[in-house]
Amino acid sequence: MDNYPALIVVAPLLAALFAGIAAWIEERLSYPIAVIGLAISTFSAIMTLMTVIASGTIHYRMAGWAPPMGIEYRIDLLNAMVLLLVSGIAFLNLIASYKSVEQETSDRAGSFYTIYLLFVTGLLGVTATGDLFNLYVLIEITSLTSYAMVALGDKDRGPLASLNYVFIGVIGASFYLLGVGYLYLITGSLNMMDVAGILPALKGSSTVLVAFILCMIGVWIKMALFPMHVWLPNAYSYSPVAFARMVAPLMTKVMVYVMIRLMVTVFGFEYIFETLNIADAVVWLATLAILAGGVMALAQKNLKKMLTYIIVCEIGYMVGGAWMGNQLGMTGAILHILNDAIMTFALFLAVGNMVYKLKKVDLTDLKGLFGKMPWTMTGFVLAAFSIIGVPPTCGFFSKWYLILGALEKGAYHFAAALIISSLICAVLFFKVFEICFFEPMSEGHGHGESHSQVAIEEAPISMLIITGFVSLSLIVVGLYSGTIVNTIILPFLK
Amino acid sequence: MTDLLPLIVAKYNYWLYVILMMIGLYAMIAKNNLIKKLVGMNIFQTAIILFYVSIGYKKDATIPIIQSAHGGGHGAHEAAIHAADYINPLPHVLMLTAIVVSVATFGVAMALAVRVYQRYQTLEEDELRMRLSEK
Repeated sequence: MDNYPALIVVAPLLAALFAGIAAWIEERLSYPIAVIGLAISTFSAIMTLMTVIASGTIHYRMAGWAPPMGIEYRIDLLNAMVLLLVSGIAFLNLIASYKSVEQETSDRAGSFYTIYLLFVTGLLGVTATGDLFNLYVLIEITSLTSYAMVALGDKDRGPLASLNYVFIGVIGASFYLLGVGYLYLITGSLNMMDVAGILPALKGSSTVLVAFILCMIGVWIKMALFPMHVWLPNAYSYSPVAFARMVAPLMTKVMVYVMIRLMVTVFGFEYIFETLNIADAVVWLATLAILAGGVMALAQKNLKKMLTYIIVCEIGYMVGGAWMGNQLGMTGAILHILNDAIMTFALFLAVGNMVYKLKKVDLTDLKGLFGKMPWTMTGFVLAAFSIIGVPPTCGFFSKWYLILGALEKGAYHFAAALIISSLICAVLFFKVFEICFFEPMSEGHGHGESHSQVAIEEAPISMLIITGFVSLSLIVVGLYSGTIVNTIILPFLK
Repeated sequence: MTDLLPLIVAKYNYWLYVILMMIGLYAMIAKNNLIKKLVGMNIFQTAIILFYVSIGYKKDATIPIIQSAHGGGHGAHEAAIHAADYINPLPHVLMLTAIVVSVATFGVAMALAVRVYQRYQTLEEDELRMRLSEK
């Protein structure tokens, strides 16, 4: 079938429509519809990735209109990989979500699944599209749905966290829109490939410079690059846990993808690293982001909040790698999109299981958790090792490429920050392990005999299976990272 | 100064949008009341929409509807169509989408403000911060 690229995006969109309608009739119906929609989407993403690996870039013309007039979905190796990542994680998370949605937002399960599907549609569209304005609209779909989702979460703090997210999100998207306006002004086109063909002739133009800076600032705000990160920790930690598990690994990573797409495909390396002279400043900014994210994570008392600051830290890795200006750094950044999405997902799955059983996850609530939830904690430990960068988990390999890239460019501060942040993560996670493993359960929790055998109280089996599967895939992806680099990333960068 | 003035006058529309945008951004950053921030957000978005609308404009051009093609009786009159005679409709069409987006964002934000008010009985940011730190 030639229509797989469109099907990836259309399936969740239609499913959202039907899930919304079905919720009016019978709330229970919306869950199976969501599962079917995302299953189709994931299957199409797999087929698309295989086609792209076998026979090169796919140009899919929406409704048969030829670019630059029509909107084109241009799927090359990079976004085929990200598409599979997004649809796969969304699908797996949906399976794990059934129980936690039942627990957290049972009265609004229908709306939850509808918004969930729309959010996935937005992310997939952002990844698939080859049109700059289309990208803006889809970013806004993603953002709008996530505003609504954050407000569905914590009854106390959710709406306020969401409102602050709206303000900053709108500024970010508007900056991007303004940047696209400048690009349109000077090139007269909105198709990425078309713009990329026109731009080299306009090297000295200050309009292009303004367009580039505005687009980058917009995307940086959306991906929460330090110091534009303030919205992220509150928004992510007060949203429903079923949504946090998906938004934390995906949203920022897709924005990193947008940045790399703009850099590689639209503006081109030559323009960014030879005409402009800002790469060093951005690498410094990324260095600061890594250190600041790590230090702020150390100060947190709540596990969810702590992990959100680790996301801020990881964003620094990818931005720094992409702006290194050499192949190794870019390889590291792209590989880290994949790895970081999977390991953040694994971490949040484990946290989701804890929230399901414990309700709140302040560090002091985690005492004796190894005894109580052994499987969840095993997943958590694996994911934590991956974030720290212990081989053979996948986190090690992308960090390795990033450090090599930094050394090749001579950006020793960035390499140092990477190593320091690994140490900070090690301290952070071992602090958690210590609490979970050595400190006994608080009194009154057990039935008088707190020191003897602790009853195993695990999360539901569906959540455990997904946690186990994703945690194991951390090792599998780590072992196959050479293959991934050779078949996907290096051919893309050629 | 003598150079700057003609520059401002010649491109007065763009200067206007810059001013509007800065008013919006100022309100979003400096105002204490959440509704005032929302209004600032809307001004900010409107400035960008106006910017797009204005880049489609051409001097002495008309709306892009080709009249001679209508009816068919004027076939003899049909002259070559010059793009310069018609304004560029594309930015305007794009802005229809952007308006929809901004309305949707505004709606969501208003709904959230209502929820915040129901919960805390206030929309002033400093009071909200005090309430939150009390707990």
